[in-house]
Amino acid sequence: MNLLELQGIRRRYGSVTALDGVDLSVAADSCTAVVGPSGSGKTTLLRIIAGFDAADAGRVVLDGEILTDGTKAVPAHRREIGYVAQDGALFPHLSIAENIGFGLPRRDPGRDARIAELIRMVDLDPAVLGRRPDELSGGQQQRIALARALARRPRLMLLDEPFSALDTGLRAITRQAVARVLRAARITTILVTHDQSEALSFADQVAVLNEGRLLQVGAPRDLYLRPRTPMVAEFMGEAIVLPARVGAGFADCALGRVPVDDCERQGAAHIVLRPEQVKFAEVGEKDLQHASTGYFGKVVEVDFGGSVCSVRVRLLDGTGEIDAHSPPLRLIAASIETPRLGAIVRITVVGQAHVFPLDARS
Amino acid sequence: MTGAAILVSLLALLPLAFTSWAAIRTGWGTAAALIFRARVGELLVNTTLLIALAVPISTALAIVLAWLTERSDLPGARLWAWLVVAPLAIPAFVHSYAWVSIIPGLHGLFAGVMISTLAYFPFLYLPIAAALNRLDPALEDSAAALGLSPLRVFIRVVVPQLRLAICGGALLIALHLLAEYGLYGLIRFDTFTTAIMDQFLSTFNGPAAYMLANVLILCCLALLATEAAARGDERYARIGPGAARMPRRAKLGRAAPFCLLLMAAVTLLAVGVPLITLARWLIVGGAGIWRLDQIGAALGETVLLAGIGGILTTLAATPMAWLSIRAPNRLQRLLEATNYIVGAVPGVVTALGLVTIVISFAPFVYQTIVTVVAAYVVMFLPRALISMRASIAQAPVELEQAACSLGRSPMQALWAITVRLAAPGAAASFALVGLGITNELPATQMLAPNGVQTLAMVFWSFSTELDYAAAAPYAMIMVLFSLPLTSLLYMYSKPAASR
Repeated sequence: MNLLELQGIRRRYGSVTALDGVDLSVAADSCTAVVGPSGSGKTTLLRIIAGFDAADAGRVVLDGEILTDGTKAVPAHRREIGYVAQDGALFPHLSIAENIGFGLPRRDPGRDARIAELIRMVDLDPAVLGRRPDELSGGQQQRIALARALARRPRLMLLDEPFSALDTGLRAITRQAVARVLRAARITTILVTHDQSEALSFADQVAVLNEGRLLQVGAPRDLYLRPRTPMVAEFMGEAIVLPARVGAGFADCALGRVPVDDCERQGAAHIVLRPEQVKFAEVGEKDLQHASTGYFGKVVEVDFGGSVCSVRVRLLDGTGEIDAHSPPLRLIAASIETPRLGAIVRITVVGQAHVFPLDARS
Repeated sequence: MTGAAILVSLLALLPLAFTSWAAIRTGWGTAAALIFRARVGELLVNTTLLIALAVPISTALAIVLAWLTERSDLPGARLWAWLVVAPLAIPAFVHSYAWVSIIPGLHGLFAGVMISTLAYFPFLYLPIAAALNRLDPALEDSAAALGLSPLRVFIRVVVPQLRLAICGGALLIALHLLAEYGLYGLIRFDTFTTAIMDQFLSTFNGPAAYMLANVLILCCLALLATEAAARGDERYARIGPGAARMPRRAKLGRAAPFCLLLMAAVTLLAVGVPLITLARWLIVGGAGIWRLDQIGAALGETVLLAGIGGILTTLAATPMAWLSIRAPNRLQRLLEATNYIVGAVPGVVTALGLVTIVISFAPFVYQTIVTVVAAYVVMFLPRALISMRASIAQAPVELEQAACSLGRSPMQALWAITVRLAAPGAAASFALVGLGITNELPATQMLAPNGVQTLAMVFWSFSTELDYAAAAPYAMIMVLFSLPLTSLLYMYSKPAASR
């Protein structure tokens, strides 16, 4: 059952269109990530759902209740929607306990117990309750902000890039902790982020927003393996987009004949492969001369990155020279088997390529 | 909020507008006769010379002292830095009182320039010292690496970087010199402000006073324009990421004793003379000068006026401060600029305008607390505005939104978050305005209700009757009131590291 329905949300700031008719359904007890480059309108969308900002048109329906209908809107404090901001937005003049208990009635006899329960829920030492927000690290502040938002058992939780201010190691740990807490509490969540890997690991449903429009909505695996447009493909991770001739379940492209996931399609199309689908192994000059079949390339750049390396390969033509017409391929390899610069490699493709739908334009 | 801000600005503009209108109503012939006369020329020469001498001397003194306390290994630099700021705790007319009671013959331009410099140079010292502290030493290192001697580095790299601080401080001092009454009254040095007061208090000659007031307004606008032009639009912010290193201190070596002597001399003249004189009069006067009923009454009335004025001014500044943080736009910037200009106008002009308005339209409030408090609000609005703006900036709108998402209504969120966070700034605004009112003389003299005598007024009447001993307790109370605020001012001007 869908908990939240967004229908035709529009918002303009002067001459800038922030949101241009966004429709989105969010299932109960699920987690949806809205991803997009900065300026795509994702924070505006979140603020409209939270009630901080008004839409010009469209409806927000939560659990059957209409929260926003055109310019009419239920104010934020009557929506029962939790919100965690980018920097946590803890109240600097209140202690941690007072921050967490801010949304709880002051005379509630179970207030202290609830605060203690929440601090345990976000895996922090109850000793921090007496401290001030500025005495906590960034990751701890974010957990407190989450505990504060959870205190009122919101119907929906909104997270506005809550991990982006944290450094790399802490970001992953905090993200996993937050995801665990939210799933345990069975709270429907919408996360806004510009980090695709965060979206893929965090969410059950990912929505890609660009220039105020949703390009594609679906399960993380679908978006990664079957993107509808090259833009979505590239936004969800490294992608090798190639022109091809498609027919009978195969595509003929610069990497040879590759099976595709669309048996119906015929004629010219664009296909996409993920770098991990393209395998390559170093060969000697002799192998290249004696080979009658197969596709070869020359390593023109090696970018060492720790456990894996990024390798740039130019395809060779029939005469063994670099083919000036085909673009360089950016591939990945485990560091221990990375070829040296200038090596000749044989290229093979694993699995199926994805064919972009006919009407897709960048 | 916008409506309230516009209303406050228009009300603040009224006295100024009335003074100008009164001049226009007089007619060109009369106006010309009143303006182009020897007396106005004499006042103009006095005022111009005063500013042209006192401001550059203060600037030079402030740069030298700031360099010594912030950038040299002067022994006891922290203590000297406090002492250099201390003259601000002594109202200008108390400085004057001290000097004239030691040297009764002191008067004229020389006395005016000397006492003005001693009383006001910390207004330049504070921003210059702060700027020297914040300057990135990498700039000086680079200049030295390019072959400049230390002195040339200071002149070509450091002093230009101090331009904003110097312009701001110089403007503040010049505006104070235009508005100052008590300091010059005691040493019989005539400026526009003292002349307007004389016109008003002795033979109320309306048109003549208005003409003088208008020339004073023009002087004030000329100063504002000069400062805006001198400030320029160069970029002074540090270029590049990261934090600046702490500047290193220059070795004074054999010059140290001379520098200490300079420090001691300045401290003696600017702090020692007023305090020693005050102490001497307190001793000479003995128990007889402590007429507790009179002092108590003056203290009570001063605290009452300062309290009401502080609260109302802070309230009046709130809408404008709110707009400038939460919804800045062109209208708000215009309103803010209007208020700074109105606040720059000397108190006598504001008071004169208010008297005219009140007599013409609401004679029943003439010589009531309403009029004098209205004058305070107009005069001290910029002070309140600066504090309130900083305090509202302490409470970003995101925190209010967070409170709303936790179930508080917008009004509850405003109360629980923004009001609480802005409270220290509002208290600072209240204190700044209250202190300004405590030490205010000309507007209070002109507008205070019959029978009301503030500390400054009683002090003034004793001083002008040459009863210096009887005036001493009032001066002492005013100094004691000013001390905490002066130390606050000093601490705010320091970077966080040295606090």
